[in-house]
Amino acid sequence: MDERKNRTTQNGMPDWTPQLQLRIHDLMVTTRTVEEQAIRMVRSGDGWFWIGAPGEEALSAPLGLQVRKGQGLDNDYLHLHYRSSPIVLAMGAQPIDILRQMGAKATDPFSRGRNFVNHFAIRKWNVAPMAPTIETQFSIAIGTGIAQRRHGGTGITIVNGGDGGTHEGDFATCLVWSTRPGNELPILMVTANNKYAISTGSCTQHGTPIVERAKAFGIPSRSIDGNDVYSSWKAIAEGMEYVRSERKPFFIEASVSRLNGHSSSSGANRVEEEDCILRFEEKLLHQELATRKELDRVWEKRREEMAQAYEIVKSEPFPPGEDIYRYIFAEPKDQYYDPGSKSQPGDSNNKGGR
Amino acid sequence: MATMAQAIRMALAYGEQHLGVTDIFGEDVGPPLGGVFTCTQGLQTAWNSPLDERGIVGAAIGLAIAGQRPVAEIQFCDYIFNTIDLLKLATNSTWSSGGEFNFPMVIKTTTGSGVHGSIYHSHSFDAIATHIPGWKIVYPSNAVDAYGLMIAALKDSNPVLYLEPKAMLRNKCAERIPGEPEDERALRDMIDAPLGDRKNWKPKWPEGLTDFTVPIGKAKLCRTGADATVVSYGRTLPLCLDAADALVKEGIHYDVLDLRTLMPYDWDAIAQSIKKTGRVLFVNEDTEITNFGEHLLRRTVDEFFYELRVRPRVLAGKHVPGVGMAPTLEDASVPQLPDVLREMRELATEPE
Repeated sequence: MDERKNRTTQNGMPDWTPQLQLRIHDLMVTTRTVEEQAIRMVRSGDGWFWIGAPGEEALSAPLGLQVRKGQGLDNDYLHLHYRSSPIVLAMGAQPIDILRQMGAKATDPFSRGRNFVNHFAIRKWNVAPMAPTIETQFSIAIGTGIAQRRHGGTGITIVNGGDGGTHEGDFATCLVWSTRPGNELPILMVTANNKYAISTGSCTQHGTPIVERAKAFGIPSRSIDGNDVYSSWKAIAEGMEYVRSERKPFFIEASVSRLNGHSSSSGANRVEEEDCILRFEEKLLHQELATRKELDRVWEKRREEMAQAYEIVKSEPFPPGEDIYRYIFAEPKDQYYDPGSKSQPGDSNNKGGR
Repeated sequence: MATMAQAIRMALAYGEQHLGVTDIFGEDVGPPLGGVFTCTQGLQTAWNSPLDERGIVGAAIGLAIAGQRPVAEIQFCDYIFNTIDLLKLATNSTWSSGGEFNFPMVIKTTTGSGVHGSIYHSHSFDAIATHIPGWKIVYPSNAVDAYGLMIAALKDSNPVLYLEPKAMLRNKCAERIPGEPEDERALRDMIDAPLGDRKNWKPKWPEGLTDFTVPIGKAKLCRTGADATVVSYGRTLPLCLDAADALVKEGIHYDVLDLRTLMPYDWDAIAQSIKKTGRVLFVNEDTEITNFGEHLLRRTVDEFFYELRVRPRVLAGKHVPGVGMAPTLEDASVPQLPDVLREMRELATEPE
């Protein structure tokens, strides 16, 4: 919070210091290079499925930097989707941990080798468990929103999804529940519109801009160029300020690129769309905040780090098979089903994991 | 003697006062109605939600993430089917996060036939619910257990699905809930909302209510007999009791087990009885194909094949799309007393 205050002026715009702009650039490159490394892991057989963020860095790095990070109602709750890695990296997550989840390793701190890559769950930062069930986070977000409305203060709920997700009823659920008269919810909704739902063009499935749906509910809304760092920061700052103070929802539709297709299922090859990092680098060069050589050095340094991280991850073990019976129930955490026991998982006499 | 609806209401009131319940919500759950079966009348934290089952379950999950203790209601389980992926998330998110998150929440929903509910007010949900690992699932058959299981659910750190046999919600219990007033009319005056204008009405909860708890995972042996075993829960349990009592006159004595919790279930209690009788029947009213009773039967065969005296059986609802409106259709679809009596008699008298 203090960091945010230092960077942000009263009208929601940051003091665009060279340090902040170079920090954002570094975060964007970090995200891109960890995703590149993850894609390489699929291709080398060190992972099975990749889905991730390339193209959403200019939207999500500024979002992550403005989150009020912490646990509990006074901080922000995050309900994210599988292209949200720049958000958690900006909050301080370690790139190597994304590669650990990519490799389904026992060391994966987000899911212990159980979930797809980029499916985070970080209790200490209020990052709710993620699932590839499209848009369900918009139904779950209303719950933290209700709790924060009741609690008061300035903590908010942030929910992030894609344009394809808005075809689900859960999107409408969030619009309805967050605008109940007298019970409005402090939720910032951010939809990244990359124009596709897997392989289907969204324009073939809905006829009006998504932002119009939010406006129909009386929700203050912005439609922005999500490939532009400055526009993203401004809209997010404005949205957060509104939600924190008014305790009502705010909606942002951000146009973004999808640089490697939907996922590894379609090859994860680079496609010809605008690259938000190159665009930002042009701004940095124009302002003479860095030379081309210095920017290239950032890429080299991060790529080297990811390669080193990959070597570490490669040598780490998968979780043991008997791990499947851990954490079916919340308690006790240190016991689990004994496969040698005659009792079965559904059996109340089996003390495992409950 | 309290009805099951009154028992649930009192347990929720106790939960609000002593167990940290923060939200009791769903369609028509708050004032003025207080639930279509009156289970949530007069509760302090009860509120009405949009008519949106996915939102109701999603909100409960989010409230649990935020450290609240929600009780959410799906008015009829016939309308819970569009929330199944969220019900899965409520439990697999603990698993998928490696135990990082847990979800203390209760989803309550009315189930089963018996109120002339036709196709969409008669569904059962136990077969599908028991397919979703991580849920604790309770299913009371009387008011005392309804109270004690709700208290247990409100204390649990995991999602608990609380199935209410809707045909029994107005049934009075022969036993008294600890702390319940002796005079049932006095209880009614204290906690039942008046008809008509309720704006100024407030309940007066019995002062002596306790945290009387029916542990999750513990069955109850309601009748004892050495000839055969019948295991049931919910609406069909009292049918089994009535049948067992009738069969005593024929010299047949049954162990009648009220399972009370479907997950995790009390296999010890079932196994102990089967070892004694060698004859077992599982009764419920969900449709019979991939039925929870079938799982219990499979395990019975796995573990007791050579000890069984006759083939084990399941009596369940017919595998048809719904329970029809006409009484003849309903009777033909889900087990009724004559069906239970016939099956129990045949099981106990079949030659070895």
